[in-house]
Amino acid sequence: MKTSERIIEILLFLSAATAVMVVALIIIFLLKEGIPVLAKVGVANFCLGMNWNPIAIAGEPSYGIFPMIVASFYVAIGSLIIAVPLGITCAVFLAEIAPSWARSILKHAIELLVGIPSVILGFIGLVLLVPFIRDHFGGWGFSILTGSIILAIMALPRIISISDDAIRSVPREYKEASLALGATHWHTIRKVILPSARSGIVAAVILAMATSIGETMAVVMVTGSPSILPDPIYDILDPVRPMTSNIVLEMSYATGDHASALFATGIVLFVVVAVLNIISHKALKSKMGTRR
Amino acid sequence: MSEIEIESRNLDLWYGSAQALKKISMAMPEKKVTAIIGPSGCGKSTFIRCINRMNDLVKGCRITGELLFEGADIYGNDMDAVELRKKIGMVFQKPNPFPMSIYDNIAYGPRVHGLRNKEELDRIVEESLKASALWDEVGDLLDQSAVDLSGGQQQRLCIARTLAVKPKVILFDEPCSALDPISTAKIEDLINMLKHDYTIVIVTHNMQQAARVSDHTAFFLLGELVEFGKTKQIFELPDKKSTEDYITGRFG
Amino acid sequence: MTSLISPATSDKAAKVMLWVSASIAILTLLFILGYIVVQGLPVLTLSFLLESPRLSGAEGGILPAIVGTFCLMLVALLSAVPIGIGAAIYLAEYAPVGVVTRIISFGVECLAGIPSIVIGLFGYAFLVIYLGFGFSIISGGLALMFMILPWVVRVSEESLKAVPGGLREGSFALGATKWQTVSRVVLPSAVPSITTGVILGVGKAIGETAVIMFTAGSSLLMPTSFFDPVRALPYHLYILASEGISDPMAYGSSVVLLVMVLVINLAAVAIQRHYGRHHVRN
Ligand SMILES: Nc1ncnc2c1ncn2[C@@H]1O[C@H](COP(=O)(O)OP(=O)(O)OP(=O)(O)O)[C@@H](O)[C@H]1O
Ligand SMILES: [Mg+2]
Repeated sequence: MKTSERIIEILLFLSAATAVMVVALIIIFLLKEGIPVLAKVGVANFCLGMNWNPIAIAGEPSYGIFPMIVASFYVAIGSLIIAVPLGITCAVFLAEIAPSWARSILKHAIELLVGIPSVILGFIGLVLLVPFIRDHFGGWGFSILTGSIILAIMALPRIISISDDAIRSVPREYKEASLALGATHWHTIRKVILPSARSGIVAAVILAMATSIGETMAVVMVTGSPSILPDPIYDILDPVRPMTSNIVLEMSYATGDHASALFATGIVLFVVVAVLNIISHKALKSKMGTRR
Repeated sequence: MSEIEIESRNLDLWYGSAQALKKISMAMPEKKVTAIIGPSGCGKSTFIRCINRMNDLVKGCRITGELLFEGADIYGNDMDAVELRKKIGMVFQKPNPFPMSIYDNIAYGPRVHGLRNKEELDRIVEESLKASALWDEVGDLLDQSAVDLSGGQQQRLCIARTLAVKPKVILFDEPCSALDPISTAKIEDLINMLKHDYTIVIVTHNMQQAARVSDHTAFFLLGELVEFGKTKQIFELPDKKSTEDYITGRFG
Repeated sequence: MTSLISPATSDKAAKVMLWVSASIAILTLLFILGYIVVQGLPVLTLSFLLESPRLSGAEGGILPAIVGTFCLMLVALLSAVPIGIGAAIYLAEYAPVGVVTRIISFGVECLAGIPSIVIGLFGYAFLVIYLGFGFSIISGGLALMFMILPWVVRVSEESLKAVPGGLREGSFALGATKWQTVSRVVLPSAVPSITTGVILGVGKAIGETAVIMFTAGSSLLMPTSFFDPVRALPYHLYILASEGISDPMAYGSSVVLLVMVLVINLAAVAIQRHYGRHHVRN
């Protein structure tokens, strides 16, 4: 009896350890595959290099992903610029103003939106948004702007629901105190409720940024593929190649150092997303800390 | 005079750094009802949960001193908590039937102890329900969910479930505090019946209940045993001033 | 300045603005869904669902992709559910508070945060190449498992923690061992909500593309074993669209994928409703 209990506990422990082992394996294998190129060209040259030319017909191939790192941040930040104001207003609407029928519609809509596979959003972007941007704004249609809009649609539900939670967890007394002083509802929202919910919302925004940078399918179909910086740098109608696209576009035929460089891109992506996740966690934690 | 079934000697207990029991020494005789009374937070639950080692589940709980069951040390190295709990059953304050049928609830104990024989199980279920005065009410509804029963029925089901394991001792931790007066009366009647076959320790907030059902009474205060003796004597002629104050309702 | 607009007016204006932005969000969603459905419905015939693709998918149907998706989900579930629930049981019922538990929880959090394309890369290097599973249902399914494992652990852990402590005490007091208590009382009580959570997890995984691109392969043939490569439906959709093979077929595939997601989510809701009152049969 005792030994079988012991065996079961060990099995359960092993299941629990699986996640840790997988994370460790992921790190080990990414490094194992990516290090050859990183060692050859150097981490700094890899991250800051401007030139991505992995299959050089003549001369040395070059592996610089700086334009792609910039592109990843570009589309992610662009998506936030669209999704954050819209998301927070929707969350304020949900938490403070919406009558119950509107709340339930919006809640269901959010769940639906979360459920739409990103590849479908990318497809919609490809057939609807790309031609629209091309015809009305100019350029190729494949652009930073297009990617940002599609990513914003993906980020929106997440920002809404976390901000909604943050707003709802603001103590009732704060709001009542403000209203009792004769402030209007809107003034109370702006001056009392939103500031109190701020750290929760900030965490939501950073998390959304991490997710956007890691997003692949929706991006690869709409941002284009040139591995250079937009020219001029602020031209949001230029096509770009974020890190995730780089991997998707070339992995199927890459070999040798080229494949290794794609794994190295994966390492950089992993690190960037991990750092953002940690910051977001910290932001949430500090909020818990001040609430006591 | 009957044998001593459970005896504690200088029992101390800490939750982390807070001491919840201080030098408790008392002896609970076989096939008698021992009541434990005292104000909220004085350590009554803590004490009876020591007897079947339920406090093992509490992190940071530390015990010194001796607690003997039939002469064997409950916290001794060779005592198996699982085996011990087969012999010392417990009924809790809040009825906690498992979310299964009435039958499965009662068959649960025998099953986990390895009984598979259907007729035997049927017999145990019937006997236990009869012994807990529930058979007439639910004998035809054995497949019904136990959580659909009334609170009082649920509590008697929990008693039946305990009886099905054939323990020697039954611990009751405020078994009636969540129940209405009629259900309470039924459970008291039941305890009066059960004491012919089982050693019973009952924690209660209800002084009349202690007076009605118990043979001995222990009065706890702030983790200490203030007074222990025949129920009649405790209620009519307490030694200590604080016991008298508590019993007459002058504090707590 | 402030005197120009009274507080009451700005309050009104702000509320109008809030209504408008919520409406924008809803309308965008409706437009996207409506557009796909309108474009995709004409393609949706029985032969589209039941035939194999021809000409790289420009004609014919999508049956192998549907079967492929189904097989991938099966492998992912069969591996993620036991491991995930086992892990959750350990965390919720057994784990001593301390360093080990914190490391495990941290690992689960980390895995949840890793971008799916990175899991795809890892799956390629580890499952396809290192373990030699090749492009196959096994490789793709296991890679998907890595992705949904944290979700399964989290929903299961929460479900287990929601089981009232009184049930555990009741079982222990009858002389049950820890595992008897967990397996016969705690776990059965948590099964309905675990099931709901796991099904929602499938809904998340079914449209996942980046993870399976480099692990499951892209064969359009009907698989005959779990070591055969398959092309899952979302990947098929990606290839149809990005290589410009056929927009109508891509719309059709999108509708099928959306319907799958919808059915899965509705199933989860239905189970939750059905078991609203916890009751376990033996
Ligand atoms: N799990 C625990 N961890 C830490 N302290 C505890 C724990 N359980 C009880 N205590 C503390 O031990 C003391 C005794 O508690 P106990 O529950 O035994 O009292 P009680 O006499 O049963 O009270 P009541 O009549 O309210 O049930 C209290 O101060 C309580 O706060
Ligand atoms: Mg108590």
